[in-house]
Amino acid sequence: MTTHAPRFWRSIPQRYNLKGTHCKRCDEYYFPPRNLCPNCRRGADLEEHTFKGTGTVITCTTIYSATEDFERMTPYHLAIIQLDEGPKVTGQIVSCPDGVKMGMRVRPVFRILGKEGERGIIYYGTKFAPMPKDEEKGPTKDSADCSGIL
Amino acid sequence: MRSVSIIGVGCTKFGERWDVSLRDMVSEAGVMAIEDAEITGEDIDALFVGNMSAGRFVEQEHIGALIADFAGLSRLHLPSTRVEAACASGGLALRQAVLAVASGYNDIVIAAGVEKMTDVSSGSAADALAAAADREWECFFGATFPALYAMMAKLHMRRFGTTHDQMAEVAVKNHHHACLNPIAQYHTEITVEDVDRSPVVADPLHVLDCSPISDGAAVVVLAPTEIAKRFCDTPIRIVGSAQASDTLALHDRRDLTTLDATVHAARKAYAQARITPDQVDVAEVHDCFTIAEILAIEDLGFVEKGEGGKAAEEGLTALGGRLPINTSGGLKACGHPVGATGIKQAYEIALQLRGEAGRRQVEDAEIGLAHNVGGSGGTALVHIFSR
Ligand SMILES: [Zn+2]
Repeated sequence: MTTHAPRFWRSIPQRYNLKGTHCKRCDEYYFPPRNLCPNCRRGADLEEHTFKGTGTVITCTTIYSATEDFERMTPYHLAIIQLDEGPKVTGQIVSCPDGVKMGMRVRPVFRILGKEGERGIIYYGTKFAPMPKDEEKGPTKDSADCSGIL
Repeated sequence: MRSVSIIGVGCTKFGERWDVSLRDMVSEAGVMAIEDAEITGEDIDALFVGNMSAGRFVEQEHIGALIADFAGLSRLHLPSTRVEAACASGGLALRQAVLAVASGYNDIVIAAGVEKMTDVSSGSAADALAAAADREWECFFGATFPALYAMMAKLHMRRFGTTHDQMAEVAVKNHHHACLNPIAQYHTEITVEDVDRSPVVADPLHVLDCSPISDGAAVVVLAPTEIAKRFCDTPIRIVGSAQASDTLALHDRRDLTTLDATVHAARKAYAQARITPDQVDVAEVHDCFTIAEILAIEDLGFVEKGEGGKAAEEGLTALGGRLPINTSGGLKACGHPVGATGIKQAYEIALQLRGEAGRRQVEDAEIGLAHNVGGSGGTALVHIFSR
């Protein structure tokens, strides 16, 4: 299936730079961004929030059989990660020769997520990698602003 | 609200039906149901059809008009509505039909479900099914349906000590039940070792932990209970019909080892039926993966949270056990033509409560339950039936 560029282009702030939403009224963080807070609905007081991207693996799996777009990447690790600000996200875990474990600390890395055939769009976004031991830090250099890349 | 009953049922054989089309299957099941109810086309007031993705599977939309047409009803110009809630589309069609009759707006209503999945490659089918998850924030990053349920399974194993052997017991049991069901896709017994030896799809789930890709259609005919006896000797009353939703993406859920949509729908359905879970004699639950049946029997209140794996291991949920689950073979072994599944569940329960389930009959079954889930739990439907 081929898709037109706007679908990827409009998600760049979230997918490249982890921009989400913070509700100042209930102090809840949301990723991806939401226009309505599930706690406060129309009473919400929303602001943009850039997530650090560091978090903890809540649960994980290794995928051996994937959909057509991802078949060539198998096997790969997928996890649900709880970001340090609170919300959970689904993402791939890379650079983990020892495998993925629940409770593992991870940091964001900027990677190619896939491409649509030989001539289609190459799309990018955030994956996660194990955090170097005893290192609590924000987004790494390779997750810096790459909004101009397309 | 009026009491509603099932007065007729029909279901095609499930499986790889390369010889027939989507429209062939609906008319096959429809004729069976209409003959079972002994009604004619002129008696029908409306149709509802559950279908997830004919657009992706056979490049056909506008399924409402299509099924009325090929059921031979075009000259009657009946209202025919397609509804969609991914794998819960069938359950949703049943509920819409129940509401139409209960409200007094219609008398005789058809609830149908159909999916034709084997006209595309299994990769394309998997991608079409993945659309039931959050395309932008799950699938985009490589999530598949087996992977989402695998992540629930991993956490369930960690929290409650559930083992993969216990999950495999669900598949073994449902294959055994399917051997007793003429319409089932598989008529082969399997063992725990077979499940273990089948290729891993998404750790810890193997191929034999997953429901197959299937073709099939099912139809039930509903009428107000007050006139149901005119059509049918043993009408089956629908005493509870409830639906609930939850976040589309698994990662946004309150608890990754509970389907809150199931919990909420079940609570409402039990209240309507004025029963408790222990009064249910037979149930069809949504076992798209073996772990899903374990979660379902917990979330429906049949066993305590965390005890679902043990229940499968101890035979509680097998024919002859305290609460037989998925006597049809379930999604796992009867097959899972997604839009048809919710109606097939009602078909199986109706047969059980009429005492017409043959070699898989649950003795003296009086109360039955059907549980149908969309996606990883974004939608759940629970229906309760009584003889
Ligand atoms: Zn809020």
